[in-house]
Amino acid sequence: MEKPKIAMYWCSSCGGCEEATVDIAEKILELADLVDIVFWPVALDYKEKDVENLPDGSITVSLINGGVRMTDHEHMVKLLRKKSKIIVAYGACSSWGGVPGLLNLYGQEELFSRVYSEVPTVENPEQVTPSRSTKVDDVELMLPEVLPRLLPLDRVVGVDYYVPGCPPTAEVTWRALEVLLSGKAPPQGSVIGASEKALCDECPLNGTKPDRVLVQDLKRPHQVIVDPEKCLLTQGLLCLGPATRGGCQALCVKARMPCTGCFGPLDMVSDYGAKAASFFASIVDFQDEESIERVMDRLPDPVGTFYRYTLASSALGGRARANRK
Amino acid sequence: MPLSQISEVDKVSDQFEPKIVLFACNWCTYAAMDLAGTSRMKYPPNFRVIRLMCSGRVDPQFILEAFRDGADGVLVAGCHPGDCHYMEGNYKALRRMILLRRILESLGIEKERLRLEWISAGEAVKFVKAAHEMVGQIKALGPLQLSAQVKV
Repeated sequence: MEKPKIAMYWCSSCGGCEEATVDIAEKILELADLVDIVFWPVALDYKEKDVENLPDGSITVSLINGGVRMTDHEHMVKLLRKKSKIIVAYGACSSWGGVPGLLNLYGQEELFSRVYSEVPTVENPEQVTPSRSTKVDDVELMLPEVLPRLLPLDRVVGVDYYVPGCPPTAEVTWRALEVLLSGKAPPQGSVIGASEKALCDECPLNGTKPDRVLVQDLKRPHQVIVDPEKCLLTQGLLCLGPATRGGCQALCVKARMPCTGCFGPLDMVSDYGAKAASFFASIVDFQDEESIERVMDRLPDPVGTFYRYTLASSALGGRARANRK
Repeated sequence: MPLSQISEVDKVSDQFEPKIVLFACNWCTYAAMDLAGTSRMKYPPNFRVIRLMCSGRVDPQFILEAFRDGADGVLVAGCHPGDCHYMEGNYKALRRMILLRRILESLGIEKERLRLEWISAGEAVKFVKAAHEMVGQIKALGPLQLSAQVKV
């Protein structure tokens, strides 16, 4: 029997997801026995034309990480969609935009002027910014265009499954691969490899969480010596575990850092940041405006806090209006 | 009326008429609106009312979706502090709105477009006053005019 074919591709991502794929360690040899990897630009020397030459629908699974930020990303994910039976959004960026999606708070002009002129270490006296084409010795070279916004993968092509995490852990990745290769397909649109419950459910500190968690003040991680035996919320740290999907085995909490939400929303939540903000507001232990404002003042960047990985997939997808006052 | 239909509501005049989604608590504001109606008080027709059992049921997701789907303003109205039918739903609403206003500002939406009012079942006059005030305020701010990127 022919082995299933797997493709992997990256769009706007940091490379951490590619690393995470390799983190399955020696199991990658097992994987190589089970499947044929037909495309993986980071590790293997296949080109775009090799994908083009494959019959439509002949790739069993394409794992795509990173959000869609440029026209070539758009082109490649559409090509992979055509050639693949199953498309998997692998990692936070592909699923909801991830950290690069926070750039949706700014327009493209602001992005270019920041990166190519304002950054203190940039020296660019001629104010050169990337343009679509340039001539070198009568040869026209083309660059892909930057899209006005970063889009999660499912805003560009149909996505069959999601594997969450920034990056997905080796365990989550392996569980997801097992599901994909088992032939027993879960319902389309499912999150695979992770938990169906919130992070608290698997957190080792869950037993120490009081019936009602109430917060009177917020601290940043460097301001507190963490008691490793006590729920981080009760120590004044903003842990987003209650609003976030589990599956990571509370890696950050075990390292005494609060959850920042990289496993994204639970089922039925469409706007993770709004839901996470709602959760946090509900446990603030004050009833008068002044005290509530004082607690909220401790959040210097509410969008960056609650939408760290999900701004691009939120209801407004980023900044709602172009001009910045 | 589903939120998705808000944008389909016809303009009633050439002048800017804001669309305002009103999330009204069943136990107080909704009754106050009823009282205003049966008392034949006049208030502006700019509100699309969604009745909920408590202001504490207003998920910030609803508000962001209302803005995305064409609302120029959102009014959340519940019971006075201490009067919540469910003990503390209105306090949760208060805290959520305070935090959400900050998020809205970062996203480029003026915080005045989201308003919270405490209106008891007997306060039809207060409701009418708040309705006039809010419509005036949103008219002064102008239409929301979301960026073309929002609806990709």
